[in-house]
Amino acid sequence: MHGGKALLSPSSSADRRLSALVRHLEGSSSIVMGSKDSSIAASPTSARNSVFEHILQASEDPILGVTVAYNKDPSPVKLNLGVGAYRTEEGKPLVLNVVRRAEQMLVNDNSRVKEYLPIVGLADFNKLSAKLILGADSPAIQENRVTTVQCLSGTGSLRIGAEFLSRHYNQHIIYIPQPTWGNHPKVFALSGITVKFYRYYDPATRGLDFQGLLEDLGSAPSGAIVLLHACAHNPTGVDPTPQQWEQIRQLMRSKALLPFFDSAYQGFASGNLDSDAHSVRIFVADGGECLVAQSYAKNMGLYGERVGALSIVCRTPDVAGRVESQLKLVIRPMYSNPPLHGASIVARILKDSNMYQEWTVELKAMADRIISMRQKLFDALRNRGTPGDWSHIIKQIGMFTFTGLNRNQVSFMTEEYHIYMTSDGRISMAGLSSKTVPHLADAIHAAVTRLD
Amino acid sequence: MAQLIRSGFSGRITKSGVLGAARSMSTAWWSHVEPAAKDPILGVTEAFLADPSPNKVNVGVGAYRDDNGKPVVLGCVREAERRIAGNLNMEYLPMGGSVKMVEETLKLAYGENSDLIKDKRIAAVQALSGTGACRLFADFQKRFSPDSQIYIPVPTWSNHHNIWRDANVPQRTFHYYHPESKGLDFASLMDDVKNAPNGSFFLLHACAHNPTGVDPTEEQWKEISYQFKVKGHYALFDMAYQGFASGDPERDAKSIRIFLEDGHLIGCAQSYAKNMGLYGQRVGCLSMVCEDEKQAVAVKSQLQQIARPMYSNPPIHGALVVSIILTDPDLKKLWLKEVKGMADRIIGMRTALRENLEKLGSPLSWEHITKQIGMFCYSGMTPEQVDRLTNEFHIYLTRNGRISMAGVTTGNVGYLANAIHEVTKTA
Repeated sequence: MHGGKALLSPSSSADRRLSALVRHLEGSSSIVMGSKDSSIAASPTSARNSVFEHILQASEDPILGVTVAYNKDPSPVKLNLGVGAYRTEEGKPLVLNVVRRAEQMLVNDNSRVKEYLPIVGLADFNKLSAKLILGADSPAIQENRVTTVQCLSGTGSLRIGAEFLSRHYNQHIIYIPQPTWGNHPKVFALSGITVKFYRYYDPATRGLDFQGLLEDLGSAPSGAIVLLHACAHNPTGVDPTPQQWEQIRQLMRSKALLPFFDSAYQGFASGNLDSDAHSVRIFVADGGECLVAQSYAKNMGLYGERVGALSIVCRTPDVAGRVESQLKLVIRPMYSNPPLHGASIVARILKDSNMYQEWTVELKAMADRIISMRQKLFDALRNRGTPGDWSHIIKQIGMFTFTGLNRNQVSFMTEEYHIYMTSDGRISMAGLSSKTVPHLADAIHAAVTRLD
Repeated sequence: MAQLIRSGFSGRITKSGVLGAARSMSTAWWSHVEPAAKDPILGVTEAFLADPSPNKVNVGVGAYRDDNGKPVVLGCVREAERRIAGNLNMEYLPMGGSVKMVEETLKLAYGENSDLIKDKRIAAVQALSGTGACRLFADFQKRFSPDSQIYIPVPTWSNHHNIWRDANVPQRTFHYYHPESKGLDFASLMDDVKNAPNGSFFLLHACAHNPTGVDPTEEQWKEISYQFKVKGHYALFDMAYQGFASGDPERDAKSIRIFLEDGHLIGCAQSYAKNMGLYGQRVGCLSMVCEDEKQAVAVKSQLQQIARPMYSNPPIHGALVVSIILTDPDLKKLWLKEVKGMADRIIGMRTALRENLEKLGSPLSWEHITKQIGMFCYSGMTPEQVDRLTNEFHIYLTRNGRISMAGVTTGNVGYLANAIHEVTKTA
């Protein structure tokens, strides 16, 4: 056979045969295996049939669906307390000044190129991210026992960690707090890890069900993975106290449970980067191993740039090196290497002490605004004499408040007051301003007094 | 709390006591983890960077270089970035990515006036460059055609195998490259297409096949398309080099257009890594032609469900660069000019390399250097010859003999030709 020589006659006769048969087979979806001369199937990929015909439409994401509904509402007093993206007092999204400056510096630097990052991402970014979450003086870093890989924000970091665990860790069970961010179970399930829940939120107190948590983790099989929200639990805003964290740590270490931290709000919760990393640091300080997923979506306002990092703290540098090589094998067939832009901005800010300072100030301002909204809402409800104990609003921390309102009350608030939130009663404090707090307080008051 | 400590550990509560107990109690969880093999392609650049020789040449990874051997940021890209910086917010894109970017991207693949686009029959989402697009497709294929396999050409970009393996889709191969002629093994390719079970999934490189640079002719594409209809096969096109192959994006999309004319419901993975030089920004698109708008909406929604637990939503920066360029007529014109410039330089280097080798009196035929197209040349050198190139001449390329023509310059083409001649003259 000589390569390149066509075996079939030129396409025009093929076309003629095709049209002849199409006339005969019009409307038929069966595959005809006929004689070699004229066996042209009414093929699945020709005009009428798709191999994916059976596919149903997937349901809307519950969180993102809130914004869709909000956008459709024409009311001038509508309020979007759904998705967790920070808003200013004027209700506008915010690009931090220090981020603008960093981006401008990048654009003005003509020596910068757009080449592929290594599979593990930008080296500076990785080192600085590890320092940020573990502390600059962390023994694990100094002993070279940490591997950090750049990932696509928190989601990406969780997924890479989950895939790694699925391949290389002998326990394929993860315990996740009840409730948790809606995407957590999917990330782990898709990676082949069985998801179980541990008690976390107590609706009666609107606080932590600490006894339930200890019992559930206490009865987990040895070596099971445990997902921990490092701070500012999403969706409840309920965090363990430092003393409770210490108990959790001891219990987990005594049962060799593997900690997997999701740190999406460092600095955003209390306004202090070190305080918000406390839970992670006590685990690292005891010399044990853990995983940490970091996101810069909220604390640097880099949402859409998808900037994050996965750190795995190992027992030895040798293990850390081998772990990193295996992480690369997970990443390469997923997206080859991570996006350059956002990580470059973060690295620029973290390595420059002035910009770093500026960032901590802007970060604290965001956290403080949210804390003040909590106080204002609490005061407004108290002034209205709204029945119930609303102190959880000021006890909970971070972007979200789990109000304790039920589905009926939430629907009522949407219909009558044009307030949009997820049906579990979670509100994003970042979406509130001094101007809109009264409207929300009125709505809550009405919902609570008129409906059970 | 004291109770817990007394029951959990013996001795006083000192920090070292707690640490000591933790260390002795828990075993390291990862001590069994083996070091993974280095990526064959990216490992080449690592080795190159570590080499101190002043003569070193990197013709390994497929990233474009100018005639000074420097990476290039296109002028249209710099201008687009200037417009982006400090102006727009950085909010989350939808799960399916930037609608505008996707719209413009579909026009490139399917044609400016495509009826499929007008009729909204294409399910499309922004993806993490070509890799991400292929992976989304592979995961989707696993989920919705769970009994299917994927036919992959021999050879192909090595990561294709990793992608479908990680998606748990079984792989088969089909003949593609003909080592004797250093061209297309068309007869065997057609045999494989005919012998595959009806309704099989095939991965096709739309243009500038990686790593061989060998593309079917237009006539051959038509025959492949016809046979695909006979067999009811599914065609997924990986188009990573549109515009980069011939210099003309419309011409480079010809294979896809032929299939579309024949009514195939194709899939297409597109990347802006090379043709817009946006490598590190990870910008691409996965599209799938459906029977009607309703089905396209359903398929898109399911693709989003795959993206959500992988990275939630794709990065915004690169998408903005692409949209700005493609929707601004002047910037688009500049882009087309710059893409042609890159393609022309590569075509020029192919000619130069071949002429140099012929002038050196090489006994072998080097015709394939100018017949092949795109960024890569499948030289036909053996792994042993490649090792000699690296060890003796500090020339870095992958061991399959693939030369990235983008790394060839007027400054190094003579040196490269000489080295190739040295290691092949006794072949």
